[in-house]
Amino acid sequence: MLPTPSTSHVAFERVYEPAEDSYLLLDTLSSEAEKAFLQRRFSSTLTGVLSPLVVEIGTGSGVVLSFVDAHAETIFGREDVLTAGIDVNRFACEATVQTVKVAEQEQVVQGKTSGIYLGNVVGDLAGPLRSSTVDVLIFNPPYVPTPDLPELPALSNTAANSSFEDDSHLLALSYAGGADGMETTNRLLDSLPGILNSDRGCAYILLCAQNKPEDVKQRIRSWGRKWGVETVRSSGMKAGWEKLQIIRIFRT
Amino acid sequence: MKLLTLNFLTCAVKSCKSTSASFPLHPKDCELVSDTLKSDPKLLFNILPRLDWSALSTTASELGFPGLPPSAPTKEELEANEKLFHDLHTLLLETHISEGSLVCANCGHSYKIKEGIANFLLPNHLV
Repeated sequence: MLPTPSTSHVAFERVYEPAEDSYLLLDTLSSEAEKAFLQRRFSSTLTGVLSPLVVEIGTGSGVVLSFVDAHAETIFGREDVLTAGIDVNRFACEATVQTVKVAEQEQVVQGKTSGIYLGNVVGDLAGPLRSSTVDVLIFNPPYVPTPDLPELPALSNTAANSSFEDDSHLLALSYAGGADGMETTNRLLDSLPGILNSDRGCAYILLCAQNKPEDVKQRIRSWGRKWGVETVRSSGMKAGWEKLQIIRIFRT
Repeated sequence: MKLLTLNFLTCAVKSCKSTSASFPLHPKDCELVSDTLKSDPKLLFNILPRLDWSALSTTASELGFPGLPPSAPTKEELEANEKLFHDLHTLLLETHISEGSLVCANCGHSYKIKEGIANFLLPNHLV
């Protein structure tokens, strides 16, 4: 098993603390099946397959992105993997920068390689990304069904000494998903055809049972024959229902 | 954020996406910092061909770097030209933007960069 990056420096009052969903993503991305999928798709021996770009949306503490960056060579079979993160919460972006730094230093200490981390930007989902640039997108959404969706933080809300209400609001943004817990995920799904590489692009997205994963997959199948979707990992069986699952959406 | 990041970012305003003026964003009053990274030819060879070279040239010249060749060097050209290899390694992998802003040439919106993190959240009237 690959080591989980340290996030002990992160202030969890206002940044989502790594939990079962984060670890399910780590297990998925380092599983033999997904390593094989990614290495087939992004092998450096295939002609024309240049350095892949991995973008995580909603990096939170940075545990997932730093894991992919630090273990790029094991996961992708190549170390020239570019990584970048986006989060709506500036504190999460700062935390991710630090988490990646610690994870990369740990790799150096062990004489191992890591990917090339470009940085994090504050933004709303894929909004800042240029079209067709992303090879692998990772999204652990705010998936909990809630009566309302919290508003995006105001542009000016970057003061270091934020109040308790501000902190709770930032945390709410990390889990509250509105109707069926899908309001934010639906917006991300709509943007996928535009931002994923048109030959090799793929996306790992976490869903919970209340998100109606079979409906989500049906919707992606309706995009046509150029798209595939599979459940690649699940956890937390409860009365026959998987509580959480990771779907992989990919260009065929 | 590494300077290289600018090759993957555009204006977040929806109506700007379809215009060529929204890419690349233009750095304004930027402070740069650099770190030292072991140079690995393989990295540059695999990264260069995936970049938008003309956007990279624009970014480099706007930040005051010496002019880049008119088109991306081939692997052979890079192997034969140690100075160019070194310059590109520094530019793409070692140079970070720490402070300043990124301006969209289409709508004029300016995205602030603080402590290496750019803010792409939009004010209400641009969402």
